[in-house]
Amino acid sequence: MDDLEEGFEPKIVGFLCRWCSYAGADLAGTSRIKYPPNINPIRVNCSGRVDPTLVIKALASGADGVLIAGCHPGDCHYTSGNIKTLRRFKLLQKLLDQFGIERERVRLEWVSASEGERYARVVRRMTEDIRSLGPLNWKKRVEVLA
Amino acid sequence: MKRVGVFVCHCGLNIAGNVNIKEVVDKASKQQDVVFAVDHKYLCSEPGQTLIKDSIRQHNLDAIVVAACSPAMHEATFKTIAQLSGLNRYNCEIANIREQSSWVHEDLGKATAKAHITVHQGIQKVRLNEPLQPITVPVTRKVLVIGGGIAGIRAALDVANGGYQVYLVEKSGTIGGRMAQLSETFPTLDCSTCILGPLMVEVFRHPNIKLLRLSKVEEVKGYIGNFKVRVRQEPAYVDEVNCNACGECAKACPAQVPNEFDFGLTWRKAIYTPFAQAVPPAYVLDANNCLGLLPQACGECKKACDKFGTSCIDLDAWPRTHELEVGAIIVSTGYELYDATKLTEYGYGIFPDVMTSMEFERMLSASGPTTGEIKRPSDGQTPKEIVFIQCAGQREPETALPYCSKICCMYTARHAMMFRHKVPEGQAYVFYMDIRAGGKGYEEFVKRCQEEKGLLYLRGRVAKVYEEDGKLIVKGVDTLSGKTVQINADLVVLAVGMVPSSESHNLASKLKASLDANGFFSEAHPKLRPLESPTAGIFLAGAGQSPKDIPETVAQASGAAGKALDLLSSPTLEREPTVAHVVGELCSGCSMCIPLCPYDALSLSSEKLAEVSEALCEGCGTCIASCPSGALTLRNLTDEQMVAMIEAIVE
Amino acid sequence: MTNPKIAFNWASSCGGCEIAILELGTKLVDLASKADIVFWPAALDYKYSDLEAMPDGSIDVAFMNGAIQNSENEHIAKLLRAKSKLLVAFGACACLGGIPSLANTTDRDGIFANSYKETPTTDNPEKTFPKTKWQVREGELSIPELYNTVKTLDQVVDVDYYVPGCPPVGDQVSKVISLCVDGPLPPKGAVLGASDKSLCHECKRIRTERKITKIVRTYETIPDPQKCLLEQGIICMGPATRGGCGSICLDANAPCRGCYGPLPKAIDQGGKMLSALSSIFDAQSEEDVQKLADSVPDPLGTFYRFSLARSLLRRIKA
Repeated sequence: MDDLEEGFEPKIVGFLCRWCSYAGADLAGTSRIKYPPNINPIRVNCSGRVDPTLVIKALASGADGVLIAGCHPGDCHYTSGNIKTLRRFKLLQKLLDQFGIERERVRLEWVSASEGERYARVVRRMTEDIRSLGPLNWKKRVEVLA
Repeated sequence: MKRVGVFVCHCGLNIAGNVNIKEVVDKASKQQDVVFAVDHKYLCSEPGQTLIKDSIRQHNLDAIVVAACSPAMHEATFKTIAQLSGLNRYNCEIANIREQSSWVHEDLGKATAKAHITVHQGIQKVRLNEPLQPITVPVTRKVLVIGGGIAGIRAALDVANGGYQVYLVEKSGTIGGRMAQLSETFPTLDCSTCILGPLMVEVFRHPNIKLLRLSKVEEVKGYIGNFKVRVRQEPAYVDEVNCNACGECAKACPAQVPNEFDFGLTWRKAIYTPFAQAVPPAYVLDANNCLGLLPQACGECKKACDKFGTSCIDLDAWPRTHELEVGAIIVSTGYELYDATKLTEYGYGIFPDVMTSMEFERMLSASGPTTGEIKRPSDGQTPKEIVFIQCAGQREPETALPYCSKICCMYTARHAMMFRHKVPEGQAYVFYMDIRAGGKGYEEFVKRCQEEKGLLYLRGRVAKVYEEDGKLIVKGVDTLSGKTVQINADLVVLAVGMVPSSESHNLASKLKASLDANGFFSEAHPKLRPLESPTAGIFLAGAGQSPKDIPETVAQASGAAGKALDLLSSPTLEREPTVAHVVGELCSGCSMCIPLCPYDALSLSSEKLAEVSEALCEGCGTCIASCPSGALTLRNLTDEQMVAMIEAIVE
Repeated sequence: MTNPKIAFNWASSCGGCEIAILELGTKLVDLASKADIVFWPAALDYKYSDLEAMPDGSIDVAFMNGAIQNSENEHIAKLLRAKSKLLVAFGACACLGGIPSLANTTDRDGIFANSYKETPTTDNPEKTFPKTKWQVREGELSIPELYNTVKTLDQVVDVDYYVPGCPPVGDQVSKVISLCVDGPLPPKGAVLGASDKSLCHECKRIRTERKITKIVRTYETIPDPQKCLLEQGIICMGPATRGGCGSICLDANAPCRGCYGPLPKAIDQGGKMLSALSSIFDAQSEEDVQKLADSVPDPLGTFYRFSLARSLLRRIKA
């Protein structure tokens, strides 16, 4: 189950806030910076929209990793939505530790609208980290151990 | 059951060059609820838009997904096309397969595979979108301007001339701000008061402007178009209508206080007028420095006024509260100077002959502490050797201010010029790192100064200033010659940086307007929206937003006034309807959401259930994420839609 | 006109749900007069062979409590399902997995190692572990297989109604049983005997400011009985838990632990409570947030105490 599968391509769900990180990702696009296609972004108005339950849903449904990207603290377009994200994320991390889900799989990153290169770096690093960890394949794991 | 149409754009080769368009169209056409899918070279073009319009009619579509560039580019365009074709504009979703697919992934197959998912996400979302109508709110057609410097004055006049009521709130006893403290202005060497004065009088006389001096904003409630502001006005103890500024009260007053207008270089009485051309032209009693009001310890000013004046002093006056209703707020709180005592290497505050630029400015002024003569504070002698240090405590991220205050190169040049004119036998030195003279006529002015006799520009920094035998030893460097320099100066002037007003932090939290890392009011976008705060209905003018000179301040003030006039131009305002909403049957009033809203849009209703003020809600969704019952939902970005998009990705 | 036939059975259970039914007291006599209890191993002398002998669908309503943790539980659940027109998941264990489903933080090997080897008072020098089959002189003995993952009742059979609670509270029990026996029957899949709103709706405590400055364990403080427990730093699952229990725990000055399960629209009780709780942490910097997060001693056990088998992740990583 934990063996590396040949040619495993991580499937990463991304929640990007429209004012900072989605714009940063767009900037990576306009600058033609290349990064792996394993990330699939969902645009939200604010990273504060991201309920930890949705992160768990993504993992339980088949995602190998989840990226939550928001504005740097102090820069949130809605003043402090990203601080709520931070609070939820820290507790979620402890919960996922208990579930045995590796920390590299769920990340919270601050990416500003001008940080196209940084977004690409975050995605590259996360993709490679998860590739080394192997697929999460949560549904199959539960079935096998039923 | 929706009838969804999918439109895939080639964007020339921008998308088509790295995504298999035909495959995307084909796969999209097989998705649930999709009845039509087509591609086009440039969907944003006229023929592209026509294709969308025609397809909507021909195939009876009620929702569309446009797979193209980023929504940041053309979402508004495509939503409008949808609307013009008879759709609700919220039944249009954008799938970004350019910036987030074709432009960033190297393998065409992989970029295409990702494009499939992105389009599928868009379809899943649009299937569940509700047709929404914009929220209409009424607009109170009045404006509040906070801060009565040149920015506030210009903004107030523009709005007032535009026909609307303006409240101009100023914390001190007079409007005029920093510009009133200047002697001349660069690059024209205009007398500052001469150009400012008439504007101040215009404000005073304007029927549409209500001037509230000695006032501060205490509380701000409401939202764009509908602000309710409580302003607290401290008492002046002098009736500003009847006071004729005869000055008898000040003559009689025994209490002397350093005059803040002159940065403590002169004295004033506890009852005083800030400066000769103050507006309103009435005296003010500074209660903090009066010998005592409760109980009354002195009362000489009142006696003098009753005997010689117009009997307009009331020592029993109380603060007043004004409840203002306005539609727009312009913030023009200006700047203060960086605390030069922190620059220990220059000895400000230790050696009396080290001054700040504004102190030197007051000295240059004919109405200042030395009636325009340049004198050393220590012994009153005329300085012969004067050193100006530019960038004092600025452009130093590690130890002081990280930014450049923009105006110091120019005013230092002016100061040096004025010194040369007033002390023809004197020698001036200017230590600089760069010369920033970008404005109209600025470069020419600086060149004039640099070519002036007896004025030497040295490119280098000053390491230390100390006193020896009555002289100030200035140790610096001249990088162009590569030599260290020592000047035995009589006077040193520090060009210290502009910092935001000390009130700005407090005011920002009341307005819920954000401040940047340096404490200046943040703009909604540094390039495209420099006059607005991200908080709707709040506009910015002047140095409170970032260091700038007078022409830029005036331009920004007029711009902010224009924005306010735009806001007020209609009796109602439309707000985005993609806001939070409470399903009453599911809400148990647990209130876990209430403290999370930065706009105070959440409250408990009379039935003790959560309630959203749609006009205040900005649609961030933070409250939705913490609702344990799912009673709180975000219109058109519900949990159901989020789950549908997640499933579109992982299956 | 024959009386409706009803049955009660238990799986991986503590017996509390059986006691809840016994606590109907005299109402049990009324029940026995209008319905025939044809199977109730915990209280009456029925055997599995009695159940096997019944025709399929001959039981009108069967109430099953307990989680599915071994092969016997599953077998009887399937049997009961076949023999019954309506099957009701009775109690937190059957509905959500309950306390037994905290076994999903380990697996069979882990449980055996703990029980038969590692516990200090275990005396098992030969390191004997249970086996499902064992040959003795008289023949072959067999015991049920312990599963690696505890399941809810509806994860093994089709369930018609759910009655949450650990156990379901007194007056709800009699109402639910009457409803199922007398009708009118609610739509399939309905949750009975519980409110659709959270415990906060019926909790009498006073709420002032929703803010968490510290987390305290229940033994570290004597809570003010008038004020909301969350606001006193005690983790109360009330906001994310169905009401209908009369908030009896809160009246006893103890926090809600979540036994009535998630609210109708919540896809995961634990995740929802985690989000609601952490959102109101009174912390702005990463350091302060980390401190508060670290002070929650066991997020999994706290937020999924009764609902782990019903949760999205269901068990720790295999």
